[in-house]
Amino acid sequence: MASAGEIEERPAVIEVSNLVTHYGDREILHGIDMTIHEGEIMVIMGGSGSGKTTLLRHLLGLEKATSGSIKLLGQELTTMSEFELYELAKKTGVAFQSGALFSSMTVGENVMLPLVEHTRLDRETMEIMMRIKLEIMKLAGFEDLTPAELSGGMIKRTAFARAVIMDPTILFADEPSAGLDPVVSRTVDELILDLRDAMRMTIVVVTHELDSAFRIADRITVLDKGTILTIGTVDEVKNSPNQRIQNLLNRRFEEEEIDPDEYLARLTGNEVKH
Amino acid sequence: MAVSEGSQPRDSVLIRAATRVGKSTIRVFESAGFGASLMAEAVYWLIMGRRKGQVVRPQPVFAEMMDVGVRAIPIVTLLSTAIGIMLAIQGIYQLKRFGAEEQVVFGVAFGMTREFAPLITGILVAGRSGSALAARLGTMTINQEVDALRVMGLNPVRFLVVPSLIAMMIMVPALVLWADVVSLFGAGLYISAELGMTMTAYFQQTLDVLVVGDIMHGIQKSVIFAALVTVIGIVDGASVEGGAEGVGRVTTNAVVHSISAIILTDMLFAFATTRG
Repeated sequence: MASAGEIEERPAVIEVSNLVTHYGDREILHGIDMTIHEGEIMVIMGGSGSGKTTLLRHLLGLEKATSGSIKLLGQELTTMSEFELYELAKKTGVAFQSGALFSSMTVGENVMLPLVEHTRLDRETMEIMMRIKLEIMKLAGFEDLTPAELSGGMIKRTAFARAVIMDPTILFADEPSAGLDPVVSRTVDELILDLRDAMRMTIVVVTHELDSAFRIADRITVLDKGTILTIGTVDEVKNSPNQRIQNLLNRRFEEEEIDPDEYLARLTGNEVKH
Repeated sequence: MAVSEGSQPRDSVLIRAATRVGKSTIRVFESAGFGASLMAEAVYWLIMGRRKGQVVRPQPVFAEMMDVGVRAIPIVTLLSTAIGIMLAIQGIYQLKRFGAEEQVVFGVAFGMTREFAPLITGILVAGRSGSALAARLGTMTINQEVDALRVMGLNPVRFLVVPSLIAMMIMVPALVLWADVVSLFGAGLYISAELGMTMTAYFQQTLDVLVVGDIMHGIQKSVIFAALVTVIGIVDGASVEGGAEGVGRVTTNAVVHSISAIILTDMLFAFATTRG
């Protein structure tokens, strides 16, 4: 893993400066400044309502900011026309939290869709490319299934296959481990690391899963109530003297310390069984 | 003092009611505006799609045509035939009082081609395809599939709305033509059995009385109905909030709004085209 200094020497791929956004009268993001460099995995972390999903939607061009600037691959996103956004979208891939697979299409058709829409490749070539991506995601042989026939982990991996089918420069992943059991979650994390190492992608992951964030991140941005608390390496975040960051980290540990027997006993009023 | 205390809540109720009416009116205008801009955008992508790298592909259009048109043939056949026969039964029953039973052929021919065939087909399509469109778009919105299209560089109107709109505009008039044929045939069977008229004589009379304008009257209406059902299905589907319950709500809304719009448009169309 590269050090923070090495990463910061690389060219910037995403530059956000003084980003402010409102929903109605309420200010959601209060002047976000961050730079994401080539080939790094940046994890945007925070609790519910911290603004991490809103920030991601701005990076994807799905929301209009009140003020500030977002530069993706050197292009100003906030003033782009619809057509310019569509062109830029060909250089990025997104794996949504729910997978967002099209239920009327098979796994193979879902993965091939960007190729069908944006390239003039013949069908055979597209199918070969689709099978390669499914193979990387350990989904070979599943191309004829529909999303309804897939498990949660398989849906996430199919979403990743679709997101990387055009070999994007930047990959965005929204809560890639959410709702998965620890084993499958670890598999998805390894997949993200493989994508960075094998395809040299810049990867932006939004998550509230601390274990996952600490496993995959080169650097972490900690968001709280629409403000960045810190940007740093895993160790820098873990050892941060900032009390708000420590509160965020400790809340996870408190939740993990709940003993299911004691919890049940409290609910039912029975004695604890050990 | 007593007056002001008593009038305060009444005013509040009135103000609340007026506010609700005002908000509903604004929502109706907003939806109408959104629907109009959606139509304009759909036409834009249909014409400019290839030049802008957003081609409208024939496969989804054919798939929609199968769903909207071909799979609706059995139910359109059944209901149109039933309505044709019902019109013949009622017509003969009423005209018998004047000894003019044979005039029923005129009533059935005009009634079916100008009014009932487009109306029943429009209502069926609203129930089958308009609701399906709203449910699909609602589910896609909730599942982030519409966002997924945008971030893949695909315009959702071009990808989702245009194929449905083309399919509806082609298949609804085609279904109305089919409904014309089967309803007149059904009515003919009843009339020939009841009045002892041969089918040949029945069809000869029907063809004598009908002009192309009568058929076109129904077809023109059906094109408007097709556009209304598509736009209302999309507008309602896109307004989804919440989860499965929200999808259920927008689906019901789409059917109610489509059928209301079809009937009101039908009345206005009939009024406008029979003046002078």
